[in-house]
Amino acid sequence: MSTASQTLRLALVGNPNCGKTALFNLLTGSRQKVANYAGVTVERKEGRLHTPGGRQFALLDLPGAYSLQAASLDEAVTRDVCRGFYPGEPAPDLLVCVVDATNLRLHLRFALEVRALGKPMVVALNMMDAARRRGIGIDLQALQRELGVPVVETVAVRRDGGKALLAQLDAMADHLHPPAPRDADDPHSDMHVELHAETRRLLALAVTMPTRTARVDDALDRWLLHPVVGLLTLAVVMFLIFQAVYAWAGPLMDGIEAGTGWLGDALGARMPEGPLKSLMVDGIIAGLGGVIIFLPQILILFAFILVLEESGYLPRAAFLLDRMMAAAGLSGRSFIPLLSSFACAIPGIMATRSIQDPRDRLATIMVAPLMTCSARLPVYALLIGAFVPDEKIGIFNQQGLVLFGLYAAAIVSALMVSWVMKKWRRDKSEHALMLELPSYRIPHPRDVLIGLWERGMIFLKRVGGIILALTILLWFLLTFPGAPPDAVGPAIDYSFAGRIGHAMTAVFAPLGFNWQICIALIPGLAAREVAVSSLATIYALSAADDDAAIQALTPVISDGWSLATALSLLVWFIYAPMCISTLATIKRETNSWKQMGFAAFYLFGLAYIASLVTYQVAVALGAG
Amino acid sequence: MKLTELSRRVEAQVEAVLDLAPNDAIARRLRELGFVAGERVEVVATGPFGAEPLLVQIGFTRFALRRSEAARVQLREAPAP
Repeated sequence: MSTASQTLRLALVGNPNCGKTALFNLLTGSRQKVANYAGVTVERKEGRLHTPGGRQFALLDLPGAYSLQAASLDEAVTRDVCRGFYPGEPAPDLLVCVVDATNLRLHLRFALEVRALGKPMVVALNMMDAARRRGIGIDLQALQRELGVPVVETVAVRRDGGKALLAQLDAMADHLHPPAPRDADDPHSDMHVELHAETRRLLALAVTMPTRTARVDDALDRWLLHPVVGLLTLAVVMFLIFQAVYAWAGPLMDGIEAGTGWLGDALGARMPEGPLKSLMVDGIIAGLGGVIIFLPQILILFAFILVLEESGYLPRAAFLLDRMMAAAGLSGRSFIPLLSSFACAIPGIMATRSIQDPRDRLATIMVAPLMTCSARLPVYALLIGAFVPDEKIGIFNQQGLVLFGLYAAAIVSALMVSWVMKKWRRDKSEHALMLELPSYRIPHPRDVLIGLWERGMIFLKRVGGIILALTILLWFLLTFPGAPPDAVGPAIDYSFAGRIGHAMTAVFAPLGFNWQICIALIPGLAAREVAVSSLATIYALSAADDDAAIQALTPVISDGWSLATALSLLVWFIYAPMCISTLATIKRETNSWKQMGFAAFYLFGLAYIASLVTYQVAVALGAG
Repeated sequence: MKLTELSRRVEAQVEAVLDLAPNDAIARRLRELGFVAGERVEVVATGPFGAEPLLVQIGFTRFALRRSEAARVQLREAPAP
């Protein structure tokens, strides 16, 4: 038996949508550590919990599972950790099985399955507030007696909603014992029949339920899932999100840009002239600034996604779009990751973890880099501003139409690519949807904020290291060897990058790219928008930021480049995986160099072919 | 009758979930989600394109099922009491 001086290990288990993570947030607050389980891309969340009795527990939030007969990687992790089989993961001393008091038919069945493991456990009857509002009556004593394990009420959205659970933990921590075994606990083929029979018996004994569903859910679903009204609502919601992402993030992004510029200047003024200063100011600060600048957009987008997720709307969106996306070899669940990818592919690819089917997940990861991320916008703005007249066709602005065309081309290409991949694999096997549409809920600010903090940190950590290494490498290529004293052209022309750029023209001339463009593509590998400031450097223009660079570059390139070259470069940026962080994220999330290589290969291939065709056709039509 | 043939907003009872292949993982999961004999079931809504997927109420829970998944669920002929 354990003593109070030892830290006991608790694990939260439960069905998806049982409010487990909200309870975890309530119990641990911000004392959380997020990582992956060894060897797999399943999120592992651990936190510490202090009881009023002065005990400390380590609390693990296991992935949600419908059954211990695992059907996905998440569920396999939950099964193995619960049983104490997961390599490198000590077996939990006590399982806290969280069940939604409004959804007991499904959740009690899982609790019975967990009980059959024969480990010490507590059942937390969560969302008791919602159950009371709906007039659901639950006889706690009867449930506790029949289950043979302690049952406590919790309300994860209320500050003191974990009181009963904490008191129970204090009371039982010193003498943990497994529930008394029963005959029905041996796993066998008829287990699911018996589990359901037992669930039904418990429900009849301990639960009264006036209606099977909440009236609010019925009313909302009638409209939000309506073939016309539902789709319109979804379109409006998406439109508002995009408006917010681009409009609200603007001032913050300007602030970050000014901040990194100031930091670079301030540091530059204090450092002696030389390579070290150049590395710090032009390399590290400018490089990291170029990535952090996307943080406001990503956080705003994620705030919306988290609110929609917590409220229960996201599965509805997946429901509405599943048929269309399935036709293209994706699934309704691909919708959110692809939506996120419009801000940045990295959080989008990370969000594919919610897709349980491995093939659907991989297909989503493969097309996510095609979504028009915000790093492409400075490039599009420069080229459209220089080559497309600011005039109207009918009621539409020509520049706006071209931008819309670029977005549309990206989406159509993504659907085509996933469709081709589906055909290519000749996959006739069935990939299940089986998606639960949970009750609507008002999101709790604490859960949204914790989620936002976690995702922001993951983005920064994941991207930070890669960008730092790359910016140093690129800075080296761009700086050395320095220009001779009698140089006439820009210094970059003499550097390794300049030489590589000149060599690249052999490959890229058929696309209409001149050597300046080729050089700019090299630093553009760190992040697409860097290509713009690099072009300014190459054309020896001084520009303080992207906006100034676009201003200064516009007359130069509209005189110097042909329309065919501009179109070709626009098309190149639709497809080319000009973002090493994205490729690195694909490697991490698929755990496979092969998949990453395939993504890079097909995207570069597509970019090359599409740009080649665009340029050659444009030249043939007289735009060369 | 299969669940896919059930009209919207009509309640029925599950008879069984049939395996389409040996060790049908989708059928097993459907049983785990509560599609077992005697359970009341109802199609609440259908998706906007090709009436797919189906929104199915089982127990106190709603699941979106594609037609191929729902076709595994066999219903009792007599209407629910």
